[in-house]
Amino acid sequence: MATISLTVNGKAVSATVEDRTLLVQYLRETLGLTGTHVGCDTSQCGACVVHVDGKAVKACTMLAAQADGTTVLTIEGLATGDQLHPVQAAFREHHGLQCGFCTPGMIMAAVDMINRHGGPLDEATIRHELEGNICRCTGYHNIVKAIEAASAEMAGLRQAAE
Amino acid sequence: MYQTTYHRPSSVTEAASLLASAEDVKLLAGGQTLIPTMKQRLAAPANLIDLGKIAELKGITVSGGTVTIGAGTTHAEVNTSADVKAAIPALAKLAGGIGDPHVRHLGTIGGSVANNDPAADYPSAVLGLGATVVTTKREIPADDFFAGMFTTALDEDEIIVRFVFPVPEKAAYAKFANPASRYAMAGVFVAVTGGTVRVAVTGAGSDGVFRWADAEAALAGTMTPAALDGLTADASAMLSDIHGDAAYRANLVKVMAKRAVAALG
Repeated sequence: MATISLTVNGKAVSATVEDRTLLVQYLRETLGLTGTHVGCDTSQCGACVVHVDGKAVKACTMLAAQADGTTVLTIEGLATGDQLHPVQAAFREHHGLQCGFCTPGMIMAAVDMINRHGGPLDEATIRHELEGNICRCTGYHNIVKAIEAASAEMAGLRQAAE
Repeated sequence: MYQTTYHRPSSVTEAASLLASAEDVKLLAGGQTLIPTMKQRLAAPANLIDLGKIAELKGITVSGGTVTIGAGTTHAEVNTSADVKAAIPALAKLAGGIGDPHVRHLGTIGGSVANNDPAADYPSAVLGLGATVVTTKREIPADDFFAGMFTTALDEDEIIVRFVFPVPEKAAYAKFANPASRYAMAGVFVAVTGGTVRVAVTGAGSDGVFRWADAEAALAGTMTPAALDGLTADASAMLSDIHGDAAYRANLVKVMAKRAVAALG
């Protein structure tokens, strides 16, 4: 058994878990944070993407024990109170989802790519960056539009703050 | 995943002594191949030694005509390193084409090279650039390191610490990615280092990464895509599977080699 302590969505948590426990299992089954989804379970679909120390990773391809001492952000920690994160708001505005299963991973991947690139993103960059996230409903067009809009809005917000 | 016991050493010395004393053990680098393999129960080591928190395995330094990359450096770090982009842009580009952004945040160069997957990208760069693999026991030239599919010169109790890449005059990597998995179906790394041409091929060979000697000889004469026109890669040495048969892959090797040469500029 491994004893782990980490910060999840701003809260310090600790637990004793089996060494083989995946981070996504710990998040969903121990902490009850079921917003992070398990789609393919083979590291391909990206429904389980969360941020570990500020970087997007596949939570189904990391052990909970490896996350000891890290800071984890899941889809549940993205909004500020009732106010949606700009990427969440853009997915709603641009109909960036149909069934919604891939959405938590899509949004966490989108926030990560916007953070890394800064500035407004173009369509080609967004499509390339979405290589690790699969959606079976939308055909991606509205997801790309949502991320494009959110990246422009976030760049504007950053500029206004400076 | 079957039960396993997780160990997290904080230094290379500690990792090496754990590795020497534990039975049925696997080293866990970024885990982007090993964890999926364990989930499928294709691997079930009793002990896992996590190298992910060892600071001395991380980092990139450039000095005296070489780029040194710690084995625990992630693909994302190599891809975005200003030092790598300036010294060996082809290597930065190769790292940015592995898997997807999330995989690149965890996967490491040491893990990829030690695993020596026949479709992995990094082995072609290590072989094509004639890098030196520095381990806990010795320094291994790339030409002596790769020993066939999923096989390397590494001993059971040996850990890769870093890679030393000579800075080439020019280098380029061209890959034809499987449309679904994005793994290389043929990836060709061409480099000119100290006046010598090396052509390393991944993804296609039935025995893993290899140097294409005929192409090296042809390009030593004229460094143009057309110099490869008369050559045929040996189909009998190629992988053949549902993604592409041997003849298809042999042709891809030639096409990717020509594209890499064209990209040398």
